[in-house]
Amino acid sequence: MVNRFHDNPSAIRGLFRGGEVHRDVYIDEELFALEMDRLWRTGWVYVGHDSQVPAPGDYYATEIAGQPLLMIRSQDGELRVLYNRCAHRGAKVVSAVSGNCGGILRCPYHGWTYRLDGTLRTVPLRAGYAGTGLEESSAALGLAAVPALAVHRGFVFVRLSREGRTFREYFGDSISSIDNLADRSPSGRLEIVGAPLRYLHECNWKLFIENLNDTMHPMVAHESSAGTARDLWKNQPAEARKPMVIEQFLPFVSSYDFFDKMGVKIFDHGHSYTGVNFSIHSSYSAMPEYEAAMEQAYGAERARAILQEIRHNTVFYPSLTVKGAIQTIRVVRPLAVDRTLVESYTLRLVGAPEALLERSITYNRLINSPASVVGHDDMHCYRQIQEGLAGGVNEWVSVCRNYSPSGEDAGIAGIYNGTSEVSVRGQFRAWIAAMVSDGQER
Amino acid sequence: MSPVAGDQELIDLVYAEARLIDEKRLEEWYELYAEDGHYWMPLTRGQQSPASENSLMYEDKLLLQVRIRRLASANAHSQAQPSWCQHVLQAPSIEDRGSITRVAVLRTAFLYVESRRDDQQVYAGVAWHHLKRAGERLVILLKRVELVNCEAALPSLQLFV
Repeated sequence: MVNRFHDNPSAIRGLFRGGEVHRDVYIDEELFALEMDRLWRTGWVYVGHDSQVPAPGDYYATEIAGQPLLMIRSQDGELRVLYNRCAHRGAKVVSAVSGNCGGILRCPYHGWTYRLDGTLRTVPLRAGYAGTGLEESSAALGLAAVPALAVHRGFVFVRLSREGRTFREYFGDSISSIDNLADRSPSGRLEIVGAPLRYLHECNWKLFIENLNDTMHPMVAHESSAGTARDLWKNQPAEARKPMVIEQFLPFVSSYDFFDKMGVKIFDHGHSYTGVNFSIHSSYSAMPEYEAAMEQAYGAERARAILQEIRHNTVFYPSLTVKGAIQTIRVVRPLAVDRTLVESYTLRLVGAPEALLERSITYNRLINSPASVVGHDDMHCYRQIQEGLAGGVNEWVSVCRNYSPSGEDAGIAGIYNGTSEVSVRGQFRAWIAAMVSDGQER
Repeated sequence: MSPVAGDQELIDLVYAEARLIDEKRLEEWYELYAEDGHYWMPLTRGQQSPASENSLMYEDKLLLQVRIRRLASANAHSQAQPSWCQHVLQAPSIEDRGSITRVAVLRTAFLYVESRRDDQQVYAGVAWHHLKRAGERLVILLKRVELVNCEAALPSLQLFV
């Protein structure tokens, strides 16, 4: 791999000029490797939800920034995230994505066993290690825990560097989008339901993330799907009750004015959400039984405040996007510079009527499945970018819609008009800040 | 109790259904479905319900119509370069001939290829057809498509398996 950026912070700074960003950020393999090291391992990234491991021995295995990780519930009920890497010869100890390992973890190769907190328990023929220094070696660590772990309303995040910002510093008030999602449960509890939709994106991970708060594309890219649904429905009498799928499709082809007035809120460190004032989820049919359950749980005033917060997408940069109003989350796992896995989960509001779950399930399938007619046109556009960027005539990508150089240099956090590209600029400010560090622990 | 249809008529419908997709005669294909018919592609093995768990597809006739009209639309950018597909079916086996009160059920193992210029995806699985009478016609109440790799990370799957 060519070394153009590793020891060259000024070259990295030169990739972003405020209103435009260099194409290398999407297509350069060295930058991708540096992103994993400097952005993904130093930021707080989403691992999973604690409802995926309710009982002792339950585990969920995943890979983040090339690191094999294991989220597991210990005997004491504590949730831990360990490196899924045997202390002996390095094999991944857990082989399945999820399950229950019983009381111990056992490596499939030589049978070293570990307690659920990751400490080394037994080694076969231990006598063979007498006097070898095993107890003082790296292997004595067992399955190491990640350097930093935070669980917020059931959402499990890790930071893979020893030094770095605290969870609170990193997310700031953007965490209110997770709070609103959890508050929408009359019991305050959420549960992941079933398996995630797993859509392989043949594009750089940032193209997906940037699209979540891009409000200038739906009326263009989704005309073929949502516009078709609109046309199919338009001859129905005004009083006809809209099927749920029509209700969910129609707002995608709302006007520019609608998306502009929706508003976008920017936080430090790359986080943002659209739908400050209202969103594409605002006109869904009322669910009186659910609203009653919310009033009973929270009181009328508080219940109204929770349900009136109808945000569009919140980006928890760089790994998670949340849609509280429809209880779906999308988890971003970069695989290569031009390959990204997006896993979309549905959450149950524990204590809410089943109709809400059905609405979330329907939305997730319509929008996030590899067979989604909405997803097909998004994916196509990402791919067109990934291939189009090779065009050498122009090495720069424009992100200057509503750019205000003097205003943004003074600090970007705040509320903006919904069609601004300010969320992309906020992401690149965070990106540059992380990438110019030397990747050493700090 | 008389079955839903003769064996050959049941089997012929399964073959005809796949052929109409492969030839992109999708409006004719759509007419094979009962008014309350569904096309379902579960996300997990043995999945019980499309309403309480994620599915890759679960479409009533309204959603099928959206999909078919989109494919014909000039705005469907992902199909500006069109996809084509080919089903290769094993002989359908009749699992239940059905009756006046029961649908007929057929099981058909398949290979499915979806291609778009230089990209080609190959899938394998089992399709279950639930067939019933609607007047003189034999119609599909449910087509359940079980991909062998339903839990895998998949790229865009744009036509009908």
